[in-house]
Amino acid sequence: MVTTAISHDPSFSEAFFASLYKVENGERFRTCLQCGSCSGVCPFGYLMDYPPGRMIAGLRADEFDLVMESDTVWMCVSCYACAQICPSKIPITAGLMTRTKEELLLAGNVPSELQSALENSQRYGNPMGESPRKRADWTMGIQPQITILGRDRRPVDVLWFVGDYPSYHPRVQLVAKSLAKVLNKLGVNFGILGPEENTDGDTQRLAGERGLFEMLAEKNGKIFSKYPFETIITSDPHAYNALKNEYPALGISYPVQHYTQFLAERIDQLKPLLKQEVSAVVTYHDPCYLGRVNGIFDEPRILLESIPGVKLMEMSHNHTSSLCCGGGGGGMWLDGFQWEKAHARLSEWRVHEAVDSGANILAVACPYEPPRFEDAIKMTQQAGQLVVKDIVELLAEALG
Amino acid sequence: MNIIVPVKLVPDLVEELSIDASGTALDTAWLRMIINEFDDHAIEQAILLKEKTGAHVTVISTNVEGVDDLLFTAAAKGADRLIKLNGDLESGINNHALARAMAILLRDLKPDLILTGVQAHNDLDGTIGPQLAEFLGMPFIGYVSGVNVSGETVVVRKEYPGGLIGEMQASIPILLGIQAAEHPPRYVAISKVRQMMKTISIEELDLPTLDSTGAPVVNRMFQPEATGRATMLPENADDAAHQLVTIFKELGVL
Repeated sequence: MVTTAISHDPSFSEAFFASLYKVENGERFRTCLQCGSCSGVCPFGYLMDYPPGRMIAGLRADEFDLVMESDTVWMCVSCYACAQICPSKIPITAGLMTRTKEELLLAGNVPSELQSALENSQRYGNPMGESPRKRADWTMGIQPQITILGRDRRPVDVLWFVGDYPSYHPRVQLVAKSLAKVLNKLGVNFGILGPEENTDGDTQRLAGERGLFEMLAEKNGKIFSKYPFETIITSDPHAYNALKNEYPALGISYPVQHYTQFLAERIDQLKPLLKQEVSAVVTYHDPCYLGRVNGIFDEPRILLESIPGVKLMEMSHNHTSSLCCGGGGGGMWLDGFQWEKAHARLSEWRVHEAVDSGANILAVACPYEPPRFEDAIKMTQQAGQLVVKDIVELLAEALG
Repeated sequence: MNIIVPVKLVPDLVEELSIDASGTALDTAWLRMIINEFDDHAIEQAILLKEKTGAHVTVISTNVEGVDDLLFTAAAKGADRLIKLNGDLESGINNHALARAMAILLRDLKPDLILTGVQAHNDLDGTIGPQLAEFLGMPFIGYVSGVNVSGETVVVRKEYPGGLIGEMQASIPILLGIQAAEHPPRYVAISKVRQMMKTISIEELDLPTLDSTGAPVVNRMFQPEATGRATMLPENADDAAHQLVTIFKELGVL
């Protein structure tokens, strides 16, 4: 356990409880039945000193300062499994877990891995500390050339918010290139922000850095307002969640779609173009912020089923019960910390399920997932020939 | 105890560096500045001392782009007073000139302890700590990775090559070149930094005339040049690995 700067003080519980009321449906914390479902469904609940149910009990007993002395809330991957299963529909993830991380962070109690991701996000606009000037380097060599709004100064219909990992991570850049190919094939008039784009900040917010999130949102909002476009699309469910559910409260409001929605709407145009057979048994991993949080379950499956040769199989956890890849809520930047506590990776559990489903392709729709699952496959003996592909990579393959 | 922490911003190596038209300095047009890593540790060590024994901490830096963020962040960590130094900084400034000018200002601040980063990657004319100590007539200990103060006595841990640590005692006032704080520099929430921007002001002081006597003159600055002795590996990782294995075999290490 790590001790915090917060002193033992029942009034802290009171003040903290009051702050939860400001969260949407925050008054429901009073209605907790102590059924324990949240703690049971939490992928890391078994090793938390205070899993969500006990946190609520601590809050009611005016002993929340004890909860704050534990560092195991950093095991929370903000996957919304607890909030989803709660019979009283208490906003556990949005309220309790996020607010607790905010308090720990204000007290300076941040695991060092997370600290550098947050500092990088502030300084460079991306959590990995890459040069902002190189944000559009992945587009080099793509034909026709991808429009960068600040450079090319031409109006577009669609603003593609690319996000951090598709911009910089060598594996996820392949996903970005596939999406560019599909958009070009469909004749979509799109552009990107390139060096002007900042990280969406949603995962930083869920990791407790509300102030940083607001700063990043303001920066992105200012850039959005410079250019004419109709709608925003993104391949990142976290960016989608931020743009759809969080930015409007800060006065930044644009129509936004995840690319799976955008393409599923154009399935009649897309399907005849998918001529190359992809002969594979595919299982689909619902990303938390696409599925559970935003209810987008059908569009990814519509796209997969439109690919000739694809046989879709479900894993035992699917749709609302999908397992987290471990990257959310700051988990992406807490691999070492979480490994030390758990000696297990959520991504490996998921890969086991994918293997058990009989699939040879694990399809994903979130940029955190290809590197996480590919690493997990390397660590999983039975995973053998399992391949991780973003849905749009399979679509691009089927376009030939 | 009055602690002064002189710090500086240095070019951020996340961006590629280029040389300006004169061929003797970095092109500043595209430079992104970041706090010198060792200075960040000096701030942290000062705040740790403040928390342990009580102290008044002043962080001081030259007025270049990015200095306000640096100073407000230091305040959010616990610094009490923020000062930025104005002067002819446009043409670049070397440590001889800066130390000579800063010594005059620092003397008026009556420091018990001056903590500064032990070095910076853009120190072209020696590190600033010993020079500042010389102009102030104060003792200096560098490569320090731990400080304890009790009364007039300072006990420091100094790092030596080969993993040796020396523990030594000195009296205040003294200037220390910090290699590492006892804990890594802390994180401060952005909201705290923003709060500081509203509640604390940055004082401005004018640097006396800058005199760089004693400093070397840069004749030419240039990127590393490939020579006949170097073998450049291909960029492709697979090809590079393949070539490395071949080289290792030729050298008999594999």
